[in-house]
Amino acid sequence: MLIGGGKKRVRKVQKVSGDGQSSQHPHSHTLQFYRIPPLGNISLQEFERFAVERLKALKLFENVSLVFTRGSEEYKNKIRTELRKMGLKTFLRTMGQEENDADVDASHEERRRDNISHFILRLAYCKSEELRRWFIQQEVDLFRFRFLQESAVSIKEFLEQNDLAYAAISQEEKAKLRRRLIGATFDMGDGLFDSSDFYRVPFTEALDLVRGRKVYLRHGYAYIPSSELVSLVCACFRLELSKALARTARMFPIIEEQERLLPMLNHINEWYLGEDYGSRKTKASGEVTANMVDGLCQESFPPCMQQLNRAVRTDHHLKYNGRLQYGLFLKGVGLSLDESMRFWRSEFTKLIELEKFERQYAYSIRYNYGKEGRRKDYTPYSCMKLIMGAPPAAGDHHGCPFRFTAPDLLAQRLKGMKISSTQADSVMEMVKGNHYQLACSRCFAAVHDQPPDDMVAIDHPNQYFELSQRILHPEKESTGASLKQPRPSLRSTGTMNQGECLPSGAVTQTVEESLGR
Amino acid sequence: MDDEHSKYDPAILPDYLPIYYRRLFPYKEYFRWLSYGNANGLVSKSTFQNREFSFTLKDDIYIRYQSFADQAELEKEIIKRCPYKIDIGAVYTSKPKDRSPAITLTPVEKELVFDIDMTDYDDVRTCCSGADICHKCWPFMTLAIKVIDRALKDDFGFQHRLWVYSGRRGVHCWVCDEEARKLSVSARSAVAEYLTLIKGGNTGKKFTLYENVHPLIQESYTLIKKGFLDLAIVKQDFLGSKVECNKFLKFIVDDGLRKLLEAEFESLDTSKQRWASAVNVVRTTLEQGSLKRNGRHCIEEVMLSFCYPRLDINVTKGLNHLLKSPFCIHPKTGRVCVPIDPEDADSFDPFTVPTISQLVDEFNEYEEKNKGSGDTVRDVKKTSLQKSLKIFEKFLRKLEASWTSKKIEQNEATMEF
Repeated sequence: MLIGGGKKRVRKVQKVSGDGQSSQHPHSHTLQFYRIPPLGNISLQEFERFAVERLKALKLFENVSLVFTRGSEEYKNKIRTELRKMGLKTFLRTMGQEENDADVDASHEERRRDNISHFILRLAYCKSEELRRWFIQQEVDLFRFRFLQESAVSIKEFLEQNDLAYAAISQEEKAKLRRRLIGATFDMGDGLFDSSDFYRVPFTEALDLVRGRKVYLRHGYAYIPSSELVSLVCACFRLELSKALARTARMFPIIEEQERLLPMLNHINEWYLGEDYGSRKTKASGEVTANMVDGLCQESFPPCMQQLNRAVRTDHHLKYNGRLQYGLFLKGVGLSLDESMRFWRSEFTKLIELEKFERQYAYSIRYNYGKEGRRKDYTPYSCMKLIMGAPPAAGDHHGCPFRFTAPDLLAQRLKGMKISSTQADSVMEMVKGNHYQLACSRCFAAVHDQPPDDMVAIDHPNQYFELSQRILHPEKESTGASLKQPRPSLRSTGTMNQGECLPSGAVTQTVEESLGR
Repeated sequence: MDDEHSKYDPAILPDYLPIYYRRLFPYKEYFRWLSYGNANGLVSKSTFQNREFSFTLKDDIYIRYQSFADQAELEKEIIKRCPYKIDIGAVYTSKPKDRSPAITLTPVEKELVFDIDMTDYDDVRTCCSGADICHKCWPFMTLAIKVIDRALKDDFGFQHRLWVYSGRRGVHCWVCDEEARKLSVSARSAVAEYLTLIKGGNTGKKFTLYENVHPLIQESYTLIKKGFLDLAIVKQDFLGSKVECNKFLKFIVDDGLRKLLEAEFESLDTSKQRWASAVNVVRTTLEQGSLKRNGRHCIEEVMLSFCYPRLDINVTKGLNHLLKSPFCIHPKTGRVCVPIDPEDADSFDPFTVPTISQLVDEFNEYEEKNKGSGDTVRDVKKTSLQKSLKIFEKFLRKLEASWTSKKIEQNEATMEF
């Protein structure tokens, strides 16, 4: 399998590095610019595992950056502890920790995985502007975090390997500009000044520092202190990655892995790294009946499902995507096939003949429960699926309302819920930042009188439902009823649930096939 | 409003605009500017041909995505359409007029632009508000030009800065260096934010100065200090009333100091006295060493908050943002959007900027006087627009000199082979 395909790039890097082995090898340093795509073979299982591992790390960076300021001590500590908890220590590794040959081998293997997983996610996240932006942001944060862990010596080595050797200004120039440099440079005292080097670069290479007025600018050049070098390198990393993703997006249509990888890649960005709420686990819960749906909806359904319930009750109909989304959700809530059938029939037959219902709709309801066609037991859609999936057209009611409802209409709907206007504002604030899941979490906290906790993002409508039931009926839990323990959002043990949210079951199928071979 | 302004009546526009566009509008210089040396083969023709213009016609009919092949076509269209307002947009990947659903227009370059508007000073100026300006508040603009122009030149190294009166209550700046024209959106927003000190229009303290002051602020302060007494005390009388004094006192974070000043202000009458006493009191308190770190620079903070330029940064950030063209007529005031020489910003007076009626009258007068003399003077030189054209010329000559040196460099590069 050949990932990426930046042949030209490879040649260039080789030419620049000159001295052969050490500098051109992608595994020669813990930090990578990912200029050289991996070559060689990996199994499909590895492909998937690497991707999921990295995705978990990137999601962690996203979540933590919403709560703490990037680069602050709390931020770094939180990342460190969570990475450890999740078993992703590989991202905490720095240069020169190896004590023997076995360690060297291990760290080379880690770097290889780092490289491969990065390139897999490039493929999965190159398709749309939105995906690219998300991926770049998290990758840059990950890179910055790792860069700051490295020692000065290791950083120097890295910069040289990657042709980023910035030349410091002379001592005379530094002395001449002393007053201005101290005044301009963020957090710079006299002591720090003496020990610091300054690098002169075109201001366009240090936009973040220029923007924050954190560096001295003169005639179009910014004077960067050693302590802010990370900002330069990150800007460079961001630029290269953004160009590479654009290139990958153009190459994507001619990728030769149509059958095996494409379906997998297409869904990696929707993978949801947690509980899948499939009916296997809710089988015990046959006690939810069609008659209870309205009551439970009122009590505990998330906004995306409330809007579908409202639609089906008023229109006595739901379009295809809405039926799928709501039907699978109800299955996750605990409606048995018979009850589900009753629910849809009673509503749809207000508008159409029973016979027509049986002919047109009953099949797909049974299909959802794995009783028809491919006989696959489908799992309810996760938030990612609802956010990234097909946007609702006119007459549609599916999808994530925080993502797809016009902001003023959404604000109005929030007011209609049992939440204060301050709370509604805080929800809208998250929506504006495109943090739809956090918006939903805040909404949840407001409705349930819980303190808002941005570390627990709602990432599945059924999770919303179950958390809600647990708060409203704590007694059920003690009686060992069907409702499960809610899980924290940043799971350390999240196993990949293959095939989750894929109506076609494409990934499961592919992987199983390859296992059988 | 001033007397001169009352001479202008918007109803004359339909009659006067055709004369202005046919006889006075400086097409030649205008094209020399926007074609950026394609006559020298330094840039391709598309630099001009892919540029978006938009016209606002009579009754607010707005047409976007106009583009022209050359000076002749531009001239012909402007004369034909007789726009009340001309806006200049970005240079796109293809000709904006050819746009269709199949061709997506992507902006590729545009001057780095700045828009400073007097309405953003409403919370500090005491004379007028909204669209009105007078001689008492215009010096805010003069200071803004000086501060921003210095930063663009010294900090960013931009050489070609065209300052233009917006025709009513503000100024625009077009930075035309090649590097500036090619800046990305994020670079533009970084520049804009670097230059922004005061965010939002409400009163109150917006920032705090500590021991280490960024050179941008230091240099801006030096410029502002020179004009502050005349502007704040003589023209604006900014401590003249109780309300104004309270605005000032909000900047003092130290409770003791604030009470002290409040009492001082009570006992004094004029802005001049109050300011002098404030400076004194703060100095003595500082010498006693009883001010906290965040309150030591309160005098400088007040001066900067009062005078530091207030940019409309959205205009600067957007690559495809349209901005009113130089040499347009402002339909409400009738004044020409004339270039301003930033080195002589002090002598620019918006109330002596010619109006379209004045220009047409001057032109007619000249024609009357020299009837049959057969002179070959260019029409625009028969009017007071000539002075503004000279400033534009000065800007253009410098711009063209930079092309010449680039051309030589290019030639030398090719000679080597």
